[in-house]
Amino acid sequence: MALADARTGSGEPPKVSLLYNPALRSIVYQVVTLVVIVAAIWYAWNNVVQNLARANMTAGFGFLNSRAGFDLAQSLIAYSSDSTYFRALQVGLLNTLVVAAAGIVTATIVGLLVGIGRLSHNWLIARLCTVYVEIFRNIPPLLVIFFWYLGVLALLPSIRSIFQHLEENPDAIFFISNRGIYMPAPVFGDGFGTVLIAFLIGVVAAVAFTVWANARQRATGQRPPVLWVNLGLVLLLPFLVFLVMGSPLTFDYAVPGSFNMRGGMVIGPEFLALYLALSLYTASFIAEIVRAGIRGVSKGQSEASYALGLRPGQATRLVVLPQALRIIIPPLTSQYLNLIKNSSLAVAVGYADLVAVGGTILNQSGKSIEIISIWMLIYVSISLITSLFMNWFNAKMALVER
Amino acid sequence: MAKTIVTALVGAAVLGLGATAAQADTLSDVKAKGFVQCGVNGSNLAGFGAQDSSGNWAGLDVDLCKAVAAAVFGDATKVKFTPLSAKDRFPALQSGEIDLLARNTTWSVSRDSQLGFDFRAVNYYDGQGFMVKKELGVKSALELSGASVCVQSGTTTELNLADYFRSNNMDFKPVVFEAQDEADAAYNAGRCDAYTTDASGLYSIRLKMANADDHMVLPEIISKEPLGPAVRQNDSRWLDIVSWSHYAMVAAEEFGITTANVEEMKASANPDIKRFLGEEADSTIGADLGLPKDWAVQIIKAVGNYGESFERNVGEGSPLKIARGLNGLWTNGGLQYAPPVR
Ligand SMILES: N[C@@H](CCC(=O)N[C@@H](CS)C(=O)NCC(=O)O)C(=O)O
Repeated sequence: MALADARTGSGEPPKVSLLYNPALRSIVYQVVTLVVIVAAIWYAWNNVVQNLARANMTAGFGFLNSRAGFDLAQSLIAYSSDSTYFRALQVGLLNTLVVAAAGIVTATIVGLLVGIGRLSHNWLIARLCTVYVEIFRNIPPLLVIFFWYLGVLALLPSIRSIFQHLEENPDAIFFISNRGIYMPAPVFGDGFGTVLIAFLIGVVAAVAFTVWANARQRATGQRPPVLWVNLGLVLLLPFLVFLVMGSPLTFDYAVPGSFNMRGGMVIGPEFLALYLALSLYTASFIAEIVRAGIRGVSKGQSEASYALGLRPGQATRLVVLPQALRIIIPPLTSQYLNLIKNSSLAVAVGYADLVAVGGTILNQSGKSIEIISIWMLIYVSISLITSLFMNWFNAKMALVER
Repeated sequence: MAKTIVTALVGAAVLGLGATAAQADTLSDVKAKGFVQCGVNGSNLAGFGAQDSSGNWAGLDVDLCKAVAAAVFGDATKVKFTPLSAKDRFPALQSGEIDLLARNTTWSVSRDSQLGFDFRAVNYYDGQGFMVKKELGVKSALELSGASVCVQSGTTTELNLADYFRSNNMDFKPVVFEAQDEADAAYNAGRCDAYTTDASGLYSIRLKMANADDHMVLPEIISKEPLGPAVRQNDSRWLDIVSWSHYAMVAAEEFGITTANVEEMKASANPDIKRFLGEEADSTIGADLGLPKDWAVQIIKAVGNYGESFERNVGEGSPLKIARGLNGLWTNGGLQYAPPVR
């Protein structure tokens, strides 16, 4: 515009054909795109309905209320073969969320340690971390799952040898077998809620105390005994309440049953194989991201902190890592999303995740389109929520910039 | 595993976009492309659908695929096999990826209706059983309360299992796999106390084990599993061809016609046999089915009669050594019975 004005030398807008009007053009492009998309969706939907009708199949989600008829190997909520397909899907979703959440936490911790370790001045540690990364990064995750399931967990002692072991050591309460890890299950009695409330109050009080202590340190230069006070608030307070309430916590021990251990709590090998594989596989990528992040912080930063008298550990924790985080978080988000999606490999070892359960329902009911829509919707939602959270976290870290 | 999803996605995509899906005339399709695409076992189930070391397919179900190809083309080699897991098989048939599913598939009402398939012939009458390690000392399935049971998902097996334990007031821990190989490995490693599937499958799986004699099949048969070929619903011409390919094998056994004597039998004086073999001057049976006149001869030449196929694949001539039992001819107290060819 400015150019045109300058050329004609008058304030009048130049006469340009409507065809070249950028505003109009962009509107036209958008409308056309929208129409094409809507038409494509409509066409596809129409085809679905027609083809289903020809195959004498019906579309709709009503089938979710039918009886499932199959049992599930792992379930965190009440479920039996009398439950509905909908309930089965809930079980699958929960199983997916649990393994993904546990995997993300573990992968992050291991990845962080290994990533930092690779930069260590200690030759052995640095080499070991390199070997770890190169091994796990270069093996397909499915193989890592099988490695754990068939190569490690299946070789653990059989349940019979556990029975024998128990005969010799009747006091044992913790067993590792090829059917999982058995441990006592906590049984919460009346009044345990009060203990939980006391714990929450302790946590809130500890946070408040820390804020106050920081303010005081800035004001007076004196540091109150934060660690001890907080430990007292978070641990001692609930413990005292626990005693006052009459110790409302007992344990249910695993004891030999007819074929399996009865009672107690068990973490099955299917979950373990998937969880270990996902965590260790993803950790190798996170380690590289962490290493790149730390390398991305200029060397002057750590030199400056040494000059200020910080020890290497402190320099890493207080100066380098917070800055590195800004580089780390975006690619880290992708790794989290990968882990969530890779959790669908569960089906290979018979862990009842969303895909395994959905697949069985699809097979029994024939409702492919519905089940696939549900799968996609749920995975997209989980991924979007994860991304949103990580973006928020990223924004928060970026604010620290000065 | 991932393949299920891909198959299902392809299925959904085809249902969604494809004009090829759910075509009501599979025979024309098959003739146009020149071969029958047959869905068979994905994890080598010896006796039903398995590949030998040089890649040749063999088995009772495989014979049925070959019989259909022989009937349509007069050439039993005009068949391609798609190996499928229990879970993958239905989307594969629904989407049109295969023309015919011959993979020890139980005929049940929901598969016949809700899933959109048609069944008619039963090429193996089976029932579900349990296998355990002998060292457990278990003598009956009713002693299995509390046991961990390995089972394949996407089967009638997992449904029967749940119902059986429930109706006998027993509990169990299912260990569910999608691929049979993984279920086998888990059972071998002691992850489960018992393995359950169709009795025929148990015999076949037991043979694969390092020490077959350490395992035993329990006496209880807890379900009816009529295994037979499935086709897409509402294509009665194709259903006729597939069903009659099986019935032709049974009829041949009833008539005493074998691969060896089929040429001789053409000269038989018995009008039933002449009609069956297409030797009656004005016989239109083949044409009415949409097949060549000598369709039955081609089937018998390719795979033999039902008895021959049975003995070769699962009976005395095979490592499985399964007795005819329910699968004997009706005249011998079994259930195999061909409708009259007239
Ligand atoms: N007849 C049952 C079970 C069929 C089935 O899949 N059986 C398993 C266990 S014997 C099998 O054939 N596996 C071999 C494979 O996956 O190819 C059904 O139709 O649902």
